[in-house]
Amino acid sequence: MAQEVTQVLLNAQSADGVVRKVAEESLKQFQEQNPAGFLISLSHELANNEKPPDSRKLAGLILKNSLDAKETGRKQELVSRWISLDPTVKAQIKGALSQTLSSVVPDARHTSAQVIAKIAAIELPQGEWPELVGSLLANMGGLQVQQPAHLKQATLETLGYVCEEVSAESLAQEQVNSILTAVVQGMNASETSNDVRLAATNALYNALDFAQTNFENDMERDYIMRVVCEATLSPDSRVRQAAFECLVSIGSTYYEKLAPYMQDIFAITSKAVKEDEEPVALQAVEFWSSICDEEIEIQEEYSGDSEVPYFQFIKKALPALVPMLLETLTKQDEEQDQEEGAWNLAMAGGTCLGLVARAVGDDIVPLVMPYVQENVSKPDWRCREAATYAFGSILEGPSLEKLAPLVNVALNFMLSAMKDENNHVKDTTAWTLGRIFEFLHGPNVQFPIITQENLPMILKVLLESINDTPNVAEKVCGAIYFLAQGYEDNSGGPSPLLPFFQNIVQVLLATTDREDAGDSRLRTSAYETLNEVVRISTQDTAAMVMQLVPVIMQKLNHTLEMAVLSSDDREKQSELQALLCGVLQVIIQKLGASDTTKLGIVQYGDQMMSLFLRVFACRSATVHEEAMLAIGALAYSTGPEFGKYMPEFYRYLEMGLQNFEEYQVCAVTVGVVGDICRALDDKVLPFCDGIMTQLLKDLSSNQLHRSVKPPIFSCFGDIALAIGEHFEKYLIYAMPMLQGAAELTAQQAIRDEEMIDYNNQLRSGILEAYSGIFQGFKTNKAELMVPYAGHILQFIENVYQDKERDDSVTKAAIGVMGDLADTLGPSAAPLFNQAVFYKDFVDECTSSDDQQLKETAEWALSTINRITNTG
Amino acid sequence: MAGQAGVPPRVHKRSISDQQRRREIALERQKQSRRDLQQHARQLASGFSPPSSPSQWDDAAHDDDCSHSSPGSKRKGILEGTKLKGGKAREFYSQQLMLPEWMVDIPINLKKDWCIMARPAGQRCLVIAANGSTISRQRNGRILHCFPSALPNGARTRDVAAASHVYCILDCIFHAPDKTYYVVDMMCWRGYSLYDCSAEFRFFWMTTKLAETGALNPPTAHHRYRFSVVPVFECNAASLEAVYTGSVAFVRDGLLFVNRHAHYQMGLTPLVLLWKDAECSLYLFDTDSQGNVPAHQQVVLELCSDGTVVTSDQPPTVLGSLPSDFLQQNAQYLKPGDLLRFAIGDQGISIVDGKPVVADIHFQGLASKNRAGGADSCTKILFQYAARHSPLTITDLLVAIEASDDDGDTSMAC
Repeated sequence: MAQEVTQVLLNAQSADGVVRKVAEESLKQFQEQNPAGFLISLSHELANNEKPPDSRKLAGLILKNSLDAKETGRKQELVSRWISLDPTVKAQIKGALSQTLSSVVPDARHTSAQVIAKIAAIELPQGEWPELVGSLLANMGGLQVQQPAHLKQATLETLGYVCEEVSAESLAQEQVNSILTAVVQGMNASETSNDVRLAATNALYNALDFAQTNFENDMERDYIMRVVCEATLSPDSRVRQAAFECLVSIGSTYYEKLAPYMQDIFAITSKAVKEDEEPVALQAVEFWSSICDEEIEIQEEYSGDSEVPYFQFIKKALPALVPMLLETLTKQDEEQDQEEGAWNLAMAGGTCLGLVARAVGDDIVPLVMPYVQENVSKPDWRCREAATYAFGSILEGPSLEKLAPLVNVALNFMLSAMKDENNHVKDTTAWTLGRIFEFLHGPNVQFPIITQENLPMILKVLLESINDTPNVAEKVCGAIYFLAQGYEDNSGGPSPLLPFFQNIVQVLLATTDREDAGDSRLRTSAYETLNEVVRISTQDTAAMVMQLVPVIMQKLNHTLEMAVLSSDDREKQSELQALLCGVLQVIIQKLGASDTTKLGIVQYGDQMMSLFLRVFACRSATVHEEAMLAIGALAYSTGPEFGKYMPEFYRYLEMGLQNFEEYQVCAVTVGVVGDICRALDDKVLPFCDGIMTQLLKDLSSNQLHRSVKPPIFSCFGDIALAIGEHFEKYLIYAMPMLQGAAELTAQQAIRDEEMIDYNNQLRSGILEAYSGIFQGFKTNKAELMVPYAGHILQFIENVYQDKERDDSVTKAAIGVMGDLADTLGPSAAPLFNQAVFYKDFVDECTSSDDQQLKETAEWALSTINRITNTG
Repeated sequence: MAGQAGVPPRVHKRSISDQQRRREIALERQKQSRRDLQQHARQLASGFSPPSSPSQWDDAAHDDDCSHSSPGSKRKGILEGTKLKGGKAREFYSQQLMLPEWMVDIPINLKKDWCIMARPAGQRCLVIAANGSTISRQRNGRILHCFPSALPNGARTRDVAAASHVYCILDCIFHAPDKTYYVVDMMCWRGYSLYDCSAEFRFFWMTTKLAETGALNPPTAHHRYRFSVVPVFECNAASLEAVYTGSVAFVRDGLLFVNRHAHYQMGLTPLVLLWKDAECSLYLFDTDSQGNVPAHQQVVLELCSDGTVVTSDQPPTVLGSLPSDFLQQNAQYLKPGDLLRFAIGDQGISIVDGKPVVADIHFQGLASKNRAGGADSCTKILFQYAARHSPLTITDLLVAIEASDDDGDTSMAC
């Protein structure tokens, strides 16, 4: 039997497809016939040093995959299957796994470490396997017992994985203490095996989150920090890199504890940046980037009372830090702008410089400008590129007053640098121009950089340079994007871009047609820039935008005729369809929003809709989303006429609502249901059974991402408002869902920011549902809501009491109060007489600066007064 | 785990990413639409319709005139109704017309304070020209026509199209035989509100402004229906004679008396009065579905939840009630809000202080729910009652005009 398993496992990795298939089939049979026996023999295979490494490794992997899965439902199933196994079976398997840690075969140890962590993830939270940590620590030896290095290495690896898999609550503090002690000992300079030190350092990285208590204690913290800093000096670069990774993590997790160590850390990071191998130097730079992240966040929250003190580490380190970063900038790679995902010291240094600028603002300018001026015209392209990159990096953070004079001087230089002989210089120059337009151009900029006088010149350069290599052209698109965006709130008067509009559109379209537009995301950027140009278009250019519709439709039509032979082709087609549907969506939304241009969009409605339906037939998630959004915009523009598309469109709507995996698609589809309700009004009724069924399923699913649930509640409101009294038949399903969710939000104890935010979203959704239902039932079915009124008012009171309530919840809640009074009339008077809080709530709202909130509150109050006075 | 997953490289030279933005903008539009719709539901529900209040019209007009425009305050008022749909829109528009009372007795100072016009037979409409199209809505709010016209911003032609704050609102009667909209009042012209202007001024504006446009011209492709201004006269013996028997282009259905100081207000008003007799109207008496005048006067009343039946006046007048056992038996047919038809029996109507208090009414059946204007008003019932018993005649009117003070201001510009 055991021999057989080995052969089957080897066959399952055979190059011969037939052999492989037979082996896979027999593994499957074995598993189905005797699941416990199957797992035991896999664990024995893994533990057996006599067996070939390949069969052992696969045995371990199958074991691992029978304990965990990515998909939540499947994972749940595997977990309960493990829990239900006979204890003696589990003990046998665990024994075999522990034994494997001492194997001399590295792959077997490594696989076993992973499997142990998976079992720990299931058992430790349940209070099972209490002896695990103890037995692992025994592997580390002690003063009396010397254990072999490979066992210690595998054990440390296991401890690391366990810390990664389980949550802090599953381990007792004393267990954490012993783990940390073992790990830090393994990292110590006295440890002679580099493999052990590396495993220990990696384990510490995962254990850091558990070390809150230890970091509170000065002595323990000092010790940990000393060991980590020493490890950054290890002769083995893998250990040095891992140690810097620990420092990065400590920098963000324990920011407030760092002050005593900053001087030392600066010394070691500075040394690494200057001298060490690139992977190590990158982590050293990353340490400073993560400190910037912390301090940017602290300052953003400073107005609110941040609990974390602001130590100004970056500001204090500035005079030394900036030169260190500037030095990295000339270490570019020759190919960096052509390679996707390239990352090197110059990029990391420039990125960090940008973060420093955001963290300290004006102070960085005098430290960087001399470098820029000195290098920007040097013969060596590396100097020119580095100087430009430095300049571009500091454009976000410092004040406009500080930057505007500098940019005014630099602008012409930058425009001429678009003709530099070096591709990287042009790339970075175009990017810098984009940054200038992004941060120093817009209606709120006091001293405009872009004027009627220099705009023609700027556009001339951009529209020429867009013909450069794809990487440069892509940055130029970005520059045009931000240039356009700056005119977004251009109120009154003709758009300054008007004279250039047609030309810009044509050049962007031509760019999308370039042979090499597939490189460097050029095609995507060109279309997205086109979107922005459409968004800022005005009445004067509406006709030109309208002319884009048939052009884009033709391109979309063309994608349907593309030969799709490979998955590559399929991906290319999908990407293009997503982009084109995106452009159509933006155009529909733009032109559909104005009554004068809406008609033009409606004229193209049939053609566009038939294209979208054909795109759906190609089935791809992203396209699905973009086409769906475009259809929502179309429904908004066409109004009731959209009804004629419903019979054909409906099945795709349903598919979208069923798409749990790509929850964005589901969320977008829920929004489109709302659009359709508003467009069709009561004509949506024939589709409501299907839609409501699907929405209710979505709500009860634990597979669906929770962020989709609040919009589903709002969607109930949209449906109720559209179909009015006909919502009656859904009421018995919808109300328990709403009440359940309302109660859940009231019980929410954990008050982290994300949870607060989610709670507010959920409450907005619930309240919008109530509003829609009340308003929908007002004329004929008001009495149906009587049984729920008390609960709803109670819910509103909970909402009122909530200190974390946000504005949209406030608005929705006061509205529902009015709707309730308005719909139920005098019969609700006793409820209001008891619920005195409503007066305070109304007072709060009427004294708000938000005009809409004020009006809604006044309306609610007058409605309540009307019914309580007559009642 | 460190070393393997590592820290992901940071974004370098971030390029634009539009997709999330598209999502967010779409979401924002959806939210806004939802809010708008709910706001409307609330305003309509609240009974006092803020969008129709004339003072807001003035604000809108003011903003435009003084050009210190705040985008949010523009285009309030009736145009808000254009965002409503279906029944909500109908309900909204059904409340936008000024409705005449019937002339039960002759107002004093008839000659001094009143104007007169012949009333064309046809469908009373609210005509709105805005955003390049013209829409007429009947008294029940339903759309009659949606068409291009030469009214300012009433079509998508170069001559007529204008910015969205340019719109016109007219009170018309659509006269089917010659497919003409006869304009009887003007509430808004080129975005300028006339709601708070006196009738005298509105008539002047209506006559002069319409003539300046091509709206009075014969129909073309971009002007589907002709508009025609109904001549308005000061109230004297000669003009009364003219509107009563003089030749007009339309089929006449009674005379309208308008108080020259009256602002345009929605709903029933005693400042506009309708009078007719068999000479100037084919429709003096209400007829049944066969076009016959029933032997007994018919009235249409609204059923209330307590079983009483009432007129359309605000506040309503109770004219009787249905027995509760009858209501219970027919509960599935008779619901509060239904319009019911009654015949007035031999006992007739008792009148106290100019109002009917009790009527000898006999239930006849259900009336159409979509009946223009809902239940009958008190003055209509009284006028019809008087017409059958002791009508107010043209001679009475003439006598009243002759008797009224001759010193009245007669400087009507039209």
